[in-house]
Amino acid sequence: MSVSDGRIGRLRVTATVVIALILSVLPLPHWMDLARPYLLLLLVIYWSLSAPRIAGLTFAWLCGMAIDVLKGTTLGQHALAFLLVSFLTHKFQLRMRIFPLSQQTMTVLLLLLLYEFVVFWTDGIIGYPVTAWTRWIPVFTSTLLWPVVVGILDTWNRRSR
Amino acid sequence: MVTLSSDSRPIIGRGPPLGAGLFFLGVISVFMMALDHRGGYLETVRLWMSAAASPIYAVVQTPAQVWNWVTGNFSDRERLRTENAQLTEQLRVTRTQLLRFEALNEENRRLREIREASQGLSERTLIAEIINVSVQPFRHMVVINKGADDGVFRGQPVLDAFGVVGQVMQVGKSTATLILITDTEHAVPVQVNRTGIRSIAVGTGDGGRLSLPYMTVESDVRRGDLLVSSGLDEIFPAGYPVATVTKVERNSADTFALVEARPLAQLDRDREVLLLWANKPKVPTPEEAIEAVKK
Repeated sequence: MSVSDGRIGRLRVTATVVIALILSVLPLPHWMDLARPYLLLLLVIYWSLSAPRIAGLTFAWLCGMAIDVLKGTTLGQHALAFLLVSFLTHKFQLRMRIFPLSQQTMTVLLLLLLYEFVVFWTDGIIGYPVTAWTRWIPVFTSTLLWPVVVGILDTWNRRSR
Repeated sequence: MVTLSSDSRPIIGRGPPLGAGLFFLGVISVFMMALDHRGGYLETVRLWMSAAASPIYAVVQTPAQVWNWVTGNFSDRERLRTENAQLTEQLRVTRTQLLRFEALNEENRRLREIREASQGLSERTLIAEIINVSVQPFRHMVVINKGADDGVFRGQPVLDAFGVVGQVMQVGKSTATLILITDTEHAVPVQVNRTGIRSIAVGTGDGGRLSLPYMTVESDVRRGDLLVSSGLDEIFPAGYPVATVTKVERNSADTFALVEARPLAQLDRDREVLLLWANKPKVPTPEEAIEAVKK
């Protein structure tokens, strides 16, 4: 691996993260807002699998912190949830990478469920519990988005290499 | 399957072990949550972090701003003329009302002077624009384009032309997050304008509804009554309109009546809101109160 190669990878990761951050606060009609997928989390999982030396635990933690700042939640809440997801992804990275897409999607669903549960749980501890069932919608829309994210980023990665 | 980029070796076995990283960052997260939630010790940290986030808000804002600019520039003469006529008419009406208000204000001031109670009358306001970004779908919160640099502070009351909107929850360098009175975690102490009964208006999470859970069955409240802020929380100054009562249901078996109200502020349509710096009414210390009684 040459130095410039690493730099390109880093640039690519940063670019996708910035786009995901913008999309995470883009104003949408209420019903679409309820189903807004966790694009940034999907990216964290993707880059943790594809470029784990660039996207480590600290990277995931910082992404979560950015979400906390943008969304005005308690600082550290989403950072912790991102951290846990990224930890598990790294732990099972070698296995997840060779999964067929369908199985990979199911694993991502489990990770997203864990993420939502951690956020839900800390919400409860902090004292703003949202118990509406609608809060679980983004988990499923995000899962549906996973093959799309993989498709787009894989094409991009392959072409520019 | 995920395509591997040039260096896809796992981070396991390189640098500090994975578990250590998880433990370290996890502890930091929990620590930050505790500090932020318990005492708001991280206000300054948030201030600077949100300054870093403001370019993202700016980017999100751009399409809406461009659209406004385009429609503003190309709206035809005729529409502008009718709009102008309407506004002139509105101004005339408001001005006549204001004439009366001035007189009343003056009278009020004199009466207060007689009572030696100087309750917040001299106030400073600042118009802030609502930034069109979506925060959390389950909370009633909005972001405005004024922040610590403009003197905005946590717990500052926010109004619009029709009534109380909410209060400032988080302050950034050049942005601030408001919590609206309809959020489930928000409550305003109010007073029925007609009878002076005090109660608390709690948000319901529904943009057009407040609930007043502590009105007893016997209390004198009717449909259409105006609720004004009572000022007891020392956040919202007394006397600002909050909501009108829309529903009163009394069941003589219960202790409390079911009372609902509709916020007067146009929470879902506002583009601009008013930040208020009110002079806090002076609360006498116990010593001063005793002195006053002795006199």
